[in-house]
Amino acid sequence: MTVLAPASAEPHRYLQAQIRWHGLEIAFWIAALLPFLLFKTYLVLASQIAITALFALSLDLILGYAGIVSLGHAAFFGLGSYTAGLLAKLGWGEPLTGLVIAAAVAGLVGYAASLVIARFRHLALIMITLGMGLLLHEAANSASWLTGGADGLQGVRMWPLLGYFRFDLYGVTAYTYSLIVLFLVFLASRRLIHSPFGLSLRGIRENPVRMPAIGAPSSAHIRKIYTISAAVAGTAGALLAQTTQTVSLEVLSFQRSADVLVMLILGGAGRLYGGILGAIIYLVARDQLSGFNPQYWYFWIGIMLIAVVMFLPNGVLGGLAWLRAAWRGKTA
Amino acid sequence: MIGPLVGVLFDGFAYGMLLFLLSVGLSVTLGMMNFVNLAHCSFAMLGGYVTVSLMNDLGWPFFATLPLAFLAAAAVSVVLERVLYRRLYRASDLDQCLLTIGIVFVSVASAAYIYGTVQQPVQMPDYLQGSFVVMGVNIAVYRLFLVGAALAITLILVAGLEYTRFGAQVRAAVDNQRMARGLGINVGGVFAVTFALGSGLAGLGGSLAIAIVGLDPSFAFTYLIYVLIVVSTGGLGSIGGSFVAAALLGISDVAGKYYVPQLGSFLIYLVMLGMLMWRPAGLFGKR
Amino acid sequence: MQKLLIGLGSLAAALLAASPVHAQGAIKIGLIMPYSGQFADTATQMDNAIKLYVSQHGDSVAGRKIEFIRKDTGGIAPDIAKRLAQELVVRDKVDLLAGFVLTPNALAASDVSAEAKKFMVIMNAATAIITTKSPYSARTSLTIPQLNETLGAWAYKSGVRKAYTMVSDFGPGHDGENGFQKGFKDAGGQVVGSVRFPVANPDFSAFVQRAKDLNPEAIYVWVPGGVQPAAIGKTLAERGIDPAKTRIFGQGELTEESALKSMGDAGLGIITVYHYDYNHASAMNAAFVKAYNGAYSRNPDIYSIGGWDGMHLIYEALKKTGGKTDGDSLIAAAKGMKWESPRGPVSIDPETRDIIQTVYIRRVEKVGGQPRNVEFDKVENVKDPFKARMKK
Repeated sequence: MTVLAPASAEPHRYLQAQIRWHGLEIAFWIAALLPFLLFKTYLVLASQIAITALFALSLDLILGYAGIVSLGHAAFFGLGSYTAGLLAKLGWGEPLTGLVIAAAVAGLVGYAASLVIARFRHLALIMITLGMGLLLHEAANSASWLTGGADGLQGVRMWPLLGYFRFDLYGVTAYTYSLIVLFLVFLASRRLIHSPFGLSLRGIRENPVRMPAIGAPSSAHIRKIYTISAAVAGTAGALLAQTTQTVSLEVLSFQRSADVLVMLILGGAGRLYGGILGAIIYLVARDQLSGFNPQYWYFWIGIMLIAVVMFLPNGVLGGLAWLRAAWRGKTA
Repeated sequence: MIGPLVGVLFDGFAYGMLLFLLSVGLSVTLGMMNFVNLAHCSFAMLGGYVTVSLMNDLGWPFFATLPLAFLAAAAVSVVLERVLYRRLYRASDLDQCLLTIGIVFVSVASAAYIYGTVQQPVQMPDYLQGSFVVMGVNIAVYRLFLVGAALAITLILVAGLEYTRFGAQVRAAVDNQRMARGLGINVGGVFAVTFALGSGLAGLGGSLAIAIVGLDPSFAFTYLIYVLIVVSTGGLGSIGGSFVAAALLGISDVAGKYYVPQLGSFLIYLVMLGMLMWRPAGLFGKR
Repeated sequence: MQKLLIGLGSLAAALLAASPVHAQGAIKIGLIMPYSGQFADTATQMDNAIKLYVSQHGDSVAGRKIEFIRKDTGGIAPDIAKRLAQELVVRDKVDLLAGFVLTPNALAASDVSAEAKKFMVIMNAATAIITTKSPYSARTSLTIPQLNETLGAWAYKSGVRKAYTMVSDFGPGHDGENGFQKGFKDAGGQVVGSVRFPVANPDFSAFVQRAKDLNPEAIYVWVPGGVQPAAIGKTLAERGIDPAKTRIFGQGELTEESALKSMGDAGLGIITVYHYDYNHASAMNAAFVKAYNGAYSRNPDIYSIGGWDGMHLIYEALKKTGGKTDGDSLIAAAKGMKWESPRGPVSIDPETRDIIQTVYIRRVEKVGGQPRNVEFDKVENVKDPFKARMKK
């Protein structure tokens, strides 16, 4: 991970320079609208990519900016899913309030978990997040009276979005809804990490011992970002439950935690766009490869992951940044 | 009352030794060399397939297949180490994760392509099957064999690493690469051999375990969580730690399932969380 | 970043252009199965039978060619299964959906079948309620209560009065437990204890020891196919539980072919209930097994028979509608359809659209030196009892 070297001596100017929008960023978000015009039959896939991207973004907030590696982040995704799904099942199928309540529940549990998490680092931290995730998965399996167990939650019926747009077979509503939520959360995250709070988080990531010494409350910061990240993961889970109107134990699985971690590393952690790009690359590749070769597609995914590590260290974005720097260095 | 208790202790210890055999290779590659080798169970799976092929297709006796399982996994790992792993020794944990997950994907797909997706039949020779009763305690022969194998491997490894010249070189290279290089130790070579040792142990563990846990291409994923639990609770860099942790996990898991079956699926995770919160670096962890 | 976007754009454009132009009038079938992951073998076996059926019966029906589009869910993933069903309907314009090994996936895709009015054939997933989710779905496999209530009643009839049950702690295991206990208790039997073990459970010694301590007359076991049948079979034998003294009952997964190979003599005497085994004695089955072995060098199993009969249902329904593929016509044609399958006589219940079939009771015996499931009793025309009760 790169160590920050502020270009300007004045901190607020540095922060302002960081917060300015780059042309490529604007192009990216405009490109996100392209599926509506060019790939109209891929909107369901696009919505699931946007949801996964949001989930990866939530992991990036803790991994990329606070150095917390989690192998159990699906716990919060799943909490969001079940909250939204259960609300709809019990008769409150309104999506927006469902989304907010799901985020709140996931955030609340995230805060409770952060009290434990903040005390550990390294392998112990990874294994504790893994263990808590698996415990929740088993608990959901046991509580089949509530969750529907292995068959999944039955009877999730969503009301139309804003009382007007129903979740259609083509996925127009699903993608519009997921993309808007992704964009809004992204905007908020972008502000957050370029704030003084975001800077001190990166300080903790780079040197967890020194930050308290200069007066930054490490543990409090970690608890805060972990809670925010859990709420965002819960939002993503709720979106999936609402747009697909299905919830199953799989939303809490180790596989989901591991997949999102792979996507984030693939795209490049600590760059906000890394998780989004990773989700796009991974899921588009998976969709195309498994279309051609339903039985062995993951062979090619594996080759792709190995190739990225070998040729683009620190993920696709990290590797591209490194290549660009190398290129500039050569021409200059 | 004593009969069941002793029986549960034996079963638990035997289950722990199964976990230990599956993970001892990882306590070498991750534990000693500090490489996040999530592809550990791919090497174990390779060992399993070697054993199954030799037994079922060529009619080899079970014991004759074990050295080949070790060698095959070690040989493949040497190639991978020279081509891929070696270049990431100093990379971030995350890149190591991504590389080894990629290898897992490739290995699972290759196994499915070569052997098919079917569950492989694993039949042990008659003298390793069945059970006998000692003072009211039922002892399964194969489980007793696993306990013996685990004890033997632990003794050989600990003795080899503590009391041989090569062991000293490994410890030196792992602890301080630059210093070791300065002393004229061929660090690259030592790493390659250590890595091969870890992978060979994985292969051996795989072929010993399949009689109980079965073998199909998803093996490489299924047991990943268990081996990570053993190595992390045992503590990085300690073979003895993995041994003790595996024994504790096995005994508490089997005892828990016997006395409080309602908690069955939660037990191993609860025990792991408890142990890690008590000792975050693992039982005998140095880092 | 920019380069990447351009790259992605052109990749997508190329893929769009490459999507195949389908022949006019072909009937497209979307197959949704877990081709990869933990359940890949079930999909392999089902797909094998589907291919075999097409190669034997020709790739056109009622003058229209049959085309398949295969989609992988990668395991239990209702969100993906539902998306694939949606995409098959809106993008690939399939005429009907088929496959479905896993219950959550089948339930999720049923929503799409119901909304898009597409005929859907469930070739394995075995939870009773699945066919209630879409009025256009039919099932050609089994339901768990269908087998296990039959077994429970049979166990009582065979003289067992007290039984202990041990099942995997998840939906299908619970269904098996409920089914057996209901059939057994309704007949007059008594359940003396029960235990549920974790779904991911590499070692059964603790649970088997518990059962042994109670020394029951009979033990009922439900585990999913794959690794666990052999593991629990071996553990039962290691503990010295002798099927000659303590009867061991289970659903057919417990003694499936690969499990018997691993168990060896340890499996002898176990009694299981199933709707199909490759050893079933009939000329039709012998021909089926021979052709299957010729094509794939292995024996068919229940996933194969589900796929085979599923294809038969699709072909016959299409013949009846004269090639019309709308959901209403096809489901009307499928209701009440009767045919002779390699597993014996089967039909589609016109009320529930679920399968009615013969349920076999088998015992593991040595045949020609190898352990085999030998059918020694059967119950004919079994309907799904769960849905029969739902109506009341």
